[in-house]
Amino acid sequence: MGSDISIALPEIVLALYAIGALLAAVYTVKDAAAGLLVWMTAAVFVVLAFWIGMDDSAAQTAFNGMFVADGFARMAKVMILLSAAAVLVMSKVYMEQRNLLKFEYPVLVSLAVVGMMVMVSANDLMTLYMGLELQSLSLYVVASLRRDSVKSTEAGLKYFVLGALSSGLLLYGASLTYGFAGTTQFEGIIVAVQDDVSLGLLFGLVFLIAGFAFKVSAAPFHMWTPDVYEGSPTPITAFFATAPKVAAMALFARVMFDAFGGVTGDWQQIVAFLSVVSMFLGAIAGIGQRDIKRLMAYSSISHMGFALMGLAAGTAFGVQAMLIYMAIYVTMNIGTFAFILGMERDGRPVTDIQSLRMYASRYPTRALAMLVLMFSLAGVPPLVGFFGKFYVLRAAVDAGLGWLAVAGVIASVISAFYYLRIVYFMYFGEETEALDAPSQPLLGGFLIASAAIMVFGVVNLFGIEPWAAAAAGTLVN
Amino acid sequence: MGNLLSLTTFIPLIGAAILALFLRGDDAAAQRNAKWVALAATVASFLVSLFILAEFDPNDTGFQMVEQADWLLGMQYKMGVDGISVLFVMLTTFLMPLVIAACWNVETRVKEYMIAFLVLETLMLGVFMALDLILFYLFFEAGLIPMFLIIGIWGGKDRIYASFKFFLYTFLGSVLMLVAMVSMFSIAGTTDIPTLMTTEFPSDSFSLLGINIVGGVQTLMWLAFFASFAVKMPMWPVHTWLPDAHVQAPTAGSVVLAAILLKMGGYGFLRFSLPMFPVGSEVMGPLVLWLSAIAIVYTSLVALVQQDMKKLIAYSSVAHMGYVTMGIFAVNQQGIDGAIFQMISHGFISGALFLCVGVIYDRMHTRDIDAYGGLVNRMPAYALIFMFFTMANVGLPGTSGFVGEFLTLMGVFQVNTWVALVATSGVILSASYGLWLYRRVVMGDLIKESLKSITDMNMRERWIFAPLVVMTLLLGVYPVLVTDIIGPSVTALVDQYESATAAFNAANDVAASEVN
Repeated sequence: MGSDISIALPEIVLALYAIGALLAAVYTVKDAAAGLLVWMTAAVFVVLAFWIGMDDSAAQTAFNGMFVADGFARMAKVMILLSAAAVLVMSKVYMEQRNLLKFEYPVLVSLAVVGMMVMVSANDLMTLYMGLELQSLSLYVVASLRRDSVKSTEAGLKYFVLGALSSGLLLYGASLTYGFAGTTQFEGIIVAVQDDVSLGLLFGLVFLIAGFAFKVSAAPFHMWTPDVYEGSPTPITAFFATAPKVAAMALFARVMFDAFGGVTGDWQQIVAFLSVVSMFLGAIAGIGQRDIKRLMAYSSISHMGFALMGLAAGTAFGVQAMLIYMAIYVTMNIGTFAFILGMERDGRPVTDIQSLRMYASRYPTRALAMLVLMFSLAGVPPLVGFFGKFYVLRAAVDAGLGWLAVAGVIASVISAFYYLRIVYFMYFGEETEALDAPSQPLLGGFLIASAAIMVFGVVNLFGIEPWAAAAAGTLVN
Repeated sequence: MGNLLSLTTFIPLIGAAILALFLRGDDAAAQRNAKWVALAATVASFLVSLFILAEFDPNDTGFQMVEQADWLLGMQYKMGVDGISVLFVMLTTFLMPLVIAACWNVETRVKEYMIAFLVLETLMLGVFMALDLILFYLFFEAGLIPMFLIIGIWGGKDRIYASFKFFLYTFLGSVLMLVAMVSMFSIAGTTDIPTLMTTEFPSDSFSLLGINIVGGVQTLMWLAFFASFAVKMPMWPVHTWLPDAHVQAPTAGSVVLAAILLKMGGYGFLRFSLPMFPVGSEVMGPLVLWLSAIAIVYTSLVALVQQDMKKLIAYSSVAHMGYVTMGIFAVNQQGIDGAIFQMISHGFISGALFLCVGVIYDRMHTRDIDAYGGLVNRMPAYALIFMFFTMANVGLPGTSGFVGEFLTLMGVFQVNTWVALVATSGVILSASYGLWLYRRVVMGDLIKESLKSITDMNMRERWIFAPLVVMTLLLGVYPVLVTDIIGPSVTALVDQYESATAAFNAANDVAASEVN
């Protein structure tokens, strides 16, 4: 028991912190403490990230095999914690100015992060569901944080209804799997499907995948994404675009390999299908968007398609590629949302991309950073975004999925159009009413740091490659 | 000097970084400083590259001055030059100072403009030196970003359409090449170009979706690379981005595009398509020959009816690139020698022609041929220079334009007489559009009121043209300067190609005789 707790200690610490913060804030100064709580929460995230990142012990299971802490989970957790910390810090001023900075906000984010950490460490269908729901319920609430806005409420409600539906699908899949495999533990399931997948298990697998596809917003289960991205307050959108995506993708990989690793061929086609549909849908549907947040929603759908390409390969290298892709994707998104958070006119947030016209002539440094990020999102070398694509393409080709690679690169050309359009507005557009001068150096810092990572990462990707390889090695044997 | 190549490549980038970090303000002094820094960086790069030429040994057909360092995923940062690439490096470093000097009159966002060109130079040099597949792709593709910005920010009226078309067209071509590169990496397990050049990729025919693919994997990969290089060249029928891009690009952008960027396609064919996929090239070669012949005749005819000077020269570039692809896929000594020669010479000539257009565009702000006429009366020096380069473009013996065309036609004649016959008519057509353009712009009486106050070229402009005239003449009367350097490497390439395709052709002959 003692060792069980020590294995899950980071999660327990964070959960206790969240509850402690909640109680403390409720009984004392309430919202007045919110600003402090944001900083504290971010600090706790960063400390936990370092704590988890420093640990390089072998894989250990706890609570009768329901919970596993291995290299794969650790890497995903570090990405989740750091991106959540970055988003929290970025959002503080924005939320304050719009009277949205309630003390529940950092607490709910912490609880969501606990959920995500449990998700990526799940070794049992029960743990999986528990983590997923903890995460989802917290996210439903933060999506509708702006209670007096119709759009935000709508976003929260839509997210809740569709999220509940997907949870239902997932739960149905889990129960079918349990029924036919006779166990909820991944170790048991992988034995049960070793030689032959019964029809019931296959149904279970398909429903599970549908549920995961909802969570990673892969087409054709993406419908909630654009509306939720658009309706939620921008910092919440930034959060949705980063940590939960990593968690859901890691969970997806975890279940596919740990529970169904013996029957790669059965799920490979489904994942490849999801991948190709997401890439094209994200690329084509993004073209007509005028709102930068909706655009980023379609962009994320397309990017999830690429990450799924790595997963579809069904190999350790594929998982490594997927992890690298997610790390790069998250970094790019943090930078991009730092930019979007700074888009204001007369103190009100603007999300119309037309408002960026001639941004470059007024704020050249930020425009240049955004240009780098846009080309990186489009996957143009030598920026790091290209390497993400390169790794997943390599994984797909190695696994004999050449057609998927060809489809992927064609989709990336289509999606390049809308990234270029943003550059076009910033650099070649006509004069228009100016946006406010960027008022927050912090956002500029995140934006420029993210762009700098995209440029200088070409040297060695900041050493993420061996780390991801080790992480993938613990998941795929 | 163990890292001459990296030094040459990255000096412009360092110049760009200095401009970006240390140059503040946008007043006249800052603009002047930006231009001088850019000029200094390009000249320094040129001077260092002279050492490369001095140190280069033409008789060694392998890669020389190789630099190597580990990179990601078993890939390497590896640079080197051989007889095929060294002259492209020299062409680039030679032309870039002239390009910078040619945009001395730019006044909008000068600092950014200079940075864009400096970054572009680094990337272009990298393309010609990279000896790692992915490193090559990195340089090759990254060049799109500065060029997109150069056309989009400093271009003409329809610059947005042109820049998007340029970017998306070339991007689509290159990503297919990327997939082929990834599968080469997957098959051969390395991205080292010298190793890949000796790797035999499978060439057994197989059937895909009911289509029998002769040459198998090699043909598919060849096609993927072709998609990229043919767009870049550009070859008919995927050339349509070029006239748009040229017309909208600022003068200096057009010069870089025509003189250097187009050469990446031809270089790619020589570096990748021929040595790595000999069977694929053998299968698809006749198609390329015919496409080239069509390109020469068709785009020359199109050039004949253009109203816009830049468009006319752009179409003439497509036609001249037709000779290059034709020479390359003739795969014999004369053909490839001629192709490389043609590329180098076209670099000088087309660059100079775009500069000629730039000279009068700067004065009159129109490129419409009808807006000119009788310039010789007020601009005698300009008339002389323009005449010289028009003749060189036509391929007058004594200029470098003649040597390239003659060698490629001779190479093709040995392989496919019909193609050579069609292509030769291009020589006549190029004379007609070239001379007619010259007549309409320069000759006749000066009757247009607007032209009455036009001034002849100033010293800066004369000095820009001087080195180009010298090179065009020098290579025209003494072509051995080029062929001595490229000769041994080309011989090695042709030998390797022939031994690689011998088995394939023998098998095909047997199959054919069995059918009979």
